[in-house]
Amino acid sequence: MKARVLVRPKQGILDPQGAAVENALGHLGFSVSDARIGKVIDLEVDAADAATAKAQVEKMCEQLLANPLMESYEVEIHG
Amino acid sequence: MASPQPRIGVVTYPGSQDDRDALWALAAVDAEAVPVWHEDAELPDLDAVVVPGGFSYGDYLRCGAIARFSPATQAIVGFANAGGLVLGICNGFQILCEAGLLPGVLLRNAELKFICRDVALRVERTDTPFTTRCSEGQTIVIPVKHGEGRYLPPPDLDPRQVVLRYTAECNGSVDDIAGVCNAAGNVMGLMPHPEHAVDPLLGSADGGLLFASLVEAARTRALASV
Repeated sequence: MKARVLVRPKQGILDPQGAAVENALGHLGFSVSDARIGKVIDLEVDAADAATAKAQVEKMCEQLLANPLMESYEVEIHG
Repeated sequence: MASPQPRIGVVTYPGSQDDRDALWALAAVDAEAVPVWHEDAELPDLDAVVVPGGFSYGDYLRCGAIARFSPATQAIVGFANAGGLVLGICNGFQILCEAGLLPGVLLRNAELKFICRDVALRVERTDTPFTTRCSEGQTIVIPVKHGEGRYLPPPDLDPRQVVLRYTAECNGSVDDIAGVCNAAGNVMGLMPHPEHAVDPLLGSADGGLLFASLVEAARTRALASV
């Protein structure tokens, strides 16, 4: 099963990287706001079905892939 | 017989940088400094442990996130949970947070700059094993050198756990927090580097106050256990 994890800085947490990129985009003439930078983690999970894979990856997020104090995560499973 | 010098371990991970300075600083304040390798699943007989600065395991994923799984870190968690004295410096602070021994997390500096300079710190508590040689409210000068030192406490942090604060805005840390301890007080972490400030020739000897406090506490424990 292919899994994709999206890890984002939690709402309300200052993301200086996002702010710097937003500022740079402004210099290029783009009008943007609320730029936030997270990360994507792609995994090949050994699981019988999508629900089992999702449950496993969520456990991985809780235990390692995200720090719940500062990050939120989303798990996508692509058969 | 108790050793006249307390035995204090310093862990070396792949990517540790300040382990040698920490060993040197501990010896300078009359401790027997004992190197500990990251693969050691059992700690030697120690009275305290220092987790030093650097970029353990390349700081992949998040600072300290991978070091948490090393055999030595697991052993340190057991040592700390049994009441052992543990001091985490910079990356060591990040590792202890990721390992759950200290509250909170350290994020990228608010200004996105790597900060490398002397900073003034206010000592908020002198009743921890790491600060008995300081006086309450004292200002000490110790260098910082980090890109990810912005401390974010958990919402329920007991303000009593704040041991050191920057006297001026440094990296965007909430409430200018520079160092915290656990609720029991036997584990402490700080972003500044006391091991780089143990000799006036290096600009400040104030870091020696923290190490001397630790050595004294470790010696007392070593003698009590005989």
